[in-house]
Amino acid sequence: MDPGLLAQYLFNGLMLGTIYAIVAVGFSLFFGVLDVIKFSHGDVVAVGAFSAFGAAGLTAALVALPGPLALAVGLVAALGAGAVSGVVIGRVLVLPLKNAPAVNVLLATLMAGTVLREAIRLAVPNGGNPKPFPALLPDGVLAAGSFSVGIDSVIILVGGLAVVLATHLVITRTRLGLAIRAVAQDDEVAQLAGVNFTKTVLGTFALGSMLAGLAGLMLGLYYREINFNMGILLGIIGFACAVVGGLGSLIGPILGGFLFAGIQTLATVVLPFTSAYKDVVAFAVIIALIGLFPTGLIAEKSSERV
Amino acid sequence: METAQLTGTRPAEVVRTQGLHRLLVAAIVALLFAGGGFLLHSEAQGEVIALLAAFVAIFVFAERLSAGRRAIALCRAHPGTVNLAAAVSVLAIAAVLREEHYTLLMMATVALFATAAAGLTLQMAFAGVPNFAGAGFFAIGAYVPAVLGGTGIPHLVVLLIAGCAAALLGLAILLPVLRTRGHYAALVTIAFGLLLRSFLEVNDVLGGPQGMKVPAFSLFGLSFARITEIGPYDVSFYLPYALAGCALFALAFFVVRRLETSFVGLAFDAVRSDEVAASVFGLSIARWKATAFLIGNAMIGVAGALYGMMNGFVNPNSANFGDSLIMLSILVLGGFGNLWGAVVASVVILVIPEKLQAIQEYRLVIFALLVIAILRFRPSGLMPRATRDLSALAMGGQR
Repeated sequence: MDPGLLAQYLFNGLMLGTIYAIVAVGFSLFFGVLDVIKFSHGDVVAVGAFSAFGAAGLTAALVALPGPLALAVGLVAALGAGAVSGVVIGRVLVLPLKNAPAVNVLLATLMAGTVLREAIRLAVPNGGNPKPFPALLPDGVLAAGSFSVGIDSVIILVGGLAVVLATHLVITRTRLGLAIRAVAQDDEVAQLAGVNFTKTVLGTFALGSMLAGLAGLMLGLYYREINFNMGILLGIIGFACAVVGGLGSLIGPILGGFLFAGIQTLATVVLPFTSAYKDVVAFAVIIALIGLFPTGLIAEKSSERV
Repeated sequence: METAQLTGTRPAEVVRTQGLHRLLVAAIVALLFAGGGFLLHSEAQGEVIALLAAFVAIFVFAERLSAGRRAIALCRAHPGTVNLAAAVSVLAIAAVLREEHYTLLMMATVALFATAAAGLTLQMAFAGVPNFAGAGFFAIGAYVPAVLGGTGIPHLVVLLIAGCAAALLGLAILLPVLRTRGHYAALVTIAFGLLLRSFLEVNDVLGGPQGMKVPAFSLFGLSFARITEIGPYDVSFYLPYALAGCALFALAFFVVRRLETSFVGLAFDAVRSDEVAASVFGLSIARWKATAFLIGNAMIGVAGALYGMMNGFVNPNSANFGDSLIMLSILVLGGFGNLWGAVVASVVILVIPEKLQAIQEYRLVIFALLVIAILRFRPSGLMPRATRDLSALAMGGQR
């Protein structure tokens, strides 16, 4: 196969993998501190994307901002909206249902996701249709032989990888990260040691949901189009990545994200007759992997989960 | 209190009170069904709202007042009378509304979704096996008559094959479902549902995104699509479907209730509530979970097949995740494990948005908020499942 085309596939796979990993890390964080799955996570991605879309559109209508400033406005909107929706759902829904059966929490958060999704559809004018996302990043193309890639895509990829690294640093190097890890290990002992449980949990929800909002912005910038129901599939993929990689760990979901993107890309390359089967293959592999490794590829230490 | 009075009276009077109680139960059921039929048929917004208000009032009355609670207890004590009265009421409603296409279509839809909910009840409420791909198995059922409908195989057999097909395809994810629990098992079924849908969409053999035509159901050579009159009466061609749907639900109801009251139901409950304890008592976790999963999927498949034949077509969109969530909402809203609750919830979720045009646009938000509120404040649903009462057995085996 043409090396340029192969490089193109590789780049796309990396980009998808980064976005999946960012979403999957959120699932893993929530599961770590509270042992729950917050399934509205995918729709928080859509909320982030639409907030950035709305904020960029509004400011552009009022004042003509230079590129980087418009991007900053979109970024702040995506992060803020993500954090707010994450904290509200965590406070109102997930914390009170802490001791309910797992399936109830799953269903409740799925429905919260539905509320977010429908809210976007109803609140945005003509919200049922896909929206063109403004190009907030500089144009230009980097080319090497038959391989060419937009500068914006490179910025998105580098930014995404930096965010993954930054999350890792937050978890391992800061006080909040220490509290998160303590609560994840044993919430009662952590509280005895003076960790504020509710604050830590809500902090985790804010952190994870900010990541989701950012993923929404990245998707919008990359595909130049956003849709009110973009979160369903992404949420399920992110959850699948987190489960396959190992819920509760940080490296696991990142690994899972790149694995899932790799399978999808591979399916596109190997099954050239129709790339439409890529989701079928990816989900079949996920089901098989869960059947084979019920605790995830990187199992949580001392776990009795499955 | 009731029993203390009864033991003090003479046999003849006991018989008379019993008969009176039965009559009362039958009257309550008939009244509720009459209200339901009226709701199905009514078009005027004011009427619909008034009926809904009346139902809410009845519900609050039955919950809060002692007379209401006694009425519920009375109905629980005479399940046979309730079922008989329900069957007669359904036949009466069908007879009265025999020419109304739309009302009968709604009735059949409610019956078939309630049948699917019965299958899910078996899986989730009894054995504790999550199934977030209900719409997927429903659609598998509908694709079977689309493929086999024209081949001359009797359609009753096609329905059976549809059930078997759904169960068999469920077999593909049985192993991962059994090896996992909670979220993980749920993810397996969600992934299966998405896989199925994208497969149906890209696969040209099964019609691709357009889907396939499904022939009308025919019973012993009599096609339901051609029924326009029975004897001297003109009837809608949806009438046979409504009756067949209700018959199917009755069958599912019978099977589920029988399983629930037998040792199988006890085993399901034990496996769901504590796997370790159940296995200590010699119950095979995998066996009972697999049993529930396969029988449940078969039920959903049969209901889906009849639904497909009624609609005349099936497409990949019928396997979408949102519809699976709607089926689960029916289960949660009605009350996990209570089949009458599932019927009521099916009416609420499928019929009310059709009736109240004002909420059409907002129905998904409203249901989502409703389900969240129920899970948050009343996790056992509108009509909670009755607690298993074995005290009668302990006191000498008399009911």
